[in-house]
Amino acid sequence: MQKRAVVTVVGKDQVGIIANVTTVLSENEINILDISQTILNDFFTMIMLIDIKDTNNLARLNESFDPVEKEMGLKISIQLEDVFQAMHRI
Amino acid sequence: MPIAFTEVQETIRMVEMESLDIRTVTMGISLRDCASNNFEDVNKNVYQKITSYAKHLRSTAEEIEREYGVPIINKRIAISPAAELLANATKEDGISLAKTLDKAAVDLGVDFIGGFSALVHKGISKGDQVLLDALPEALSVTERVCASISVATTRTGINMDAVEKMGQIIKETAELTAEDNSIGCAKLVVFCNPVEDNPFMAGAFHGAGEGEAVLSVGVSGPGVVLHALKRYPDADLGEVSEVIKKTAFKITRAGELIGRVVAERLNVPFGIMDLSLAPTNAINDSVAEILEEIGLERVGTHGTIAALALMNDAVKKGGAMASSYVGGLSGAFIPVSEDNGMIRGIEDGALTLPKLEAMTCVCSVGLDMIALDGNVSANTLSAIIADEAAIGMINKKATAVRVIPVIGKEEGEVVEFGGLLGRAPVIGVSNFSSDKFIKRGGRIPAPLQALTN
Repeated sequence: MQKRAVVTVVGKDQVGIIANVTTVLSENEINILDISQTILNDFFTMIMLIDIKDTNNLARLNESFDPVEKEMGLKISIQLEDVFQAMHRI
Repeated sequence: MPIAFTEVQETIRMVEMESLDIRTVTMGISLRDCASNNFEDVNKNVYQKITSYAKHLRSTAEEIEREYGVPIINKRIAISPAAELLANATKEDGISLAKTLDKAAVDLGVDFIGGFSALVHKGISKGDQVLLDALPEALSVTERVCASISVATTRTGINMDAVEKMGQIIKETAELTAEDNSIGCAKLVVFCNPVEDNPFMAGAFHGAGEGEAVLSVGVSGPGVVLHALKRYPDADLGEVSEVIKKTAFKITRAGELIGRVVAERLNVPFGIMDLSLAPTNAINDSVAEILEEIGLERVGTHGTIAALALMNDAVKKGGAMASSYVGGLSGAFIPVSEDNGMIRGIEDGALTLPKLEAMTCVCSVGLDMIALDGNVSANTLSAIIADEAAIGMINKKATAVRVIPVIGKEEGEVVEFGGLLGRAPVIGVSNFSSDKFIKRGGRIPAPLQALTN
């Protein structure tokens, strides 16, 4: 069963952010459903829709982002998609 | 329809920068089946029932907080009014029950347990009397137990004998906890028209019309409303109401979703969603600052009541559409010590006790977390309660009094309560006595509900 989550990545723009983040996802065998990305005042913002499959994977995935967050000075968060649906769709 | 980039950003901004949070998930538990002839058994039954029903409350809430990325600040428990268990008990039994509740809360890792309560708006039964007698000491020897007493309703009028007693109890509690800035009083609310499903403390209890166990949610987000309004500095008041409504809608939807998930995982029915704007001492997380953003130089000045009425109503309208079951106190809280804007209003002389009383006519609760001069007499406290109860009784709304006469402090000093309870400037009261009024006792009859002028 598909269970979708939203990954947001925010940080100072630099080479290799997408490569590093998507590598972590592929290592965890997570499929990406949608990506959008923009640069605002030197700040890189990326939002990805992923298929997390099972909510139990969330904590593990969060942990595996830690090294990338530290190394590149990024803030990466994962939230289940439902919360956005609830807030922005009737 | 997929979620747009800007919508994702808006939610993240609300959580990260504007203090959007689920203020509390509160599990209501009925303790009626814990009664026994032997009070040791009562204590045992109560501990057993609470710790088994709420065993996973904290861990489940934390798990869901991680999954959805929305913080859940407090995990709480509300029990059916404790006075129901005390009809054949002694004062000491009452105190031991409070200790049992406190221990259950500590062992479960929940922040507060509410419902050390009695409903005495018409008369005081045996169990109620035991609870009232035990109250000052119970509040001074426990940390997480919250008490509430209903002394008036629109349908019954005001029980002035109970009001007199409450003035004495508040004073005594203040004295017993004098070393800690009379903090015991911060855990005691006196109600008119209390609601049975309020998830917020200190007034939460599991009412007589509720089921065996239920999960209710309180959301908050003054900061989110404030930031939304900042984007419309020149909007007229109709548009201001619209902005607040839309923001309240979004906040409530997040709360409802998370409440339902918590309830489902704990296998407990979802009760209600309480969409109260509850301030904290975090920067910009203030209800008073919303009023100032609407256009008041300081909260408390002329126009405060109108602005508060507009805000309170808009919050309800937005929330009512967002949730299937709205309940609790729903509206705006104006606790003084927990709101930096309110504190500043008092320090600058803009906000006074009479103005605060007037504000309670149009917002969700009442005089909340107000530090009073430690020399205030029990009868004056009773008279303050009577005034507030009259406002609630006539206006058919919940009102409450949670005041802290801080022993050893006088008007103008500032007390630090710490944590979520914040700090408050001490306010003076009228020097004129209300003694004779309070001494008369009896009941103020229920008001007419027609001929409303």
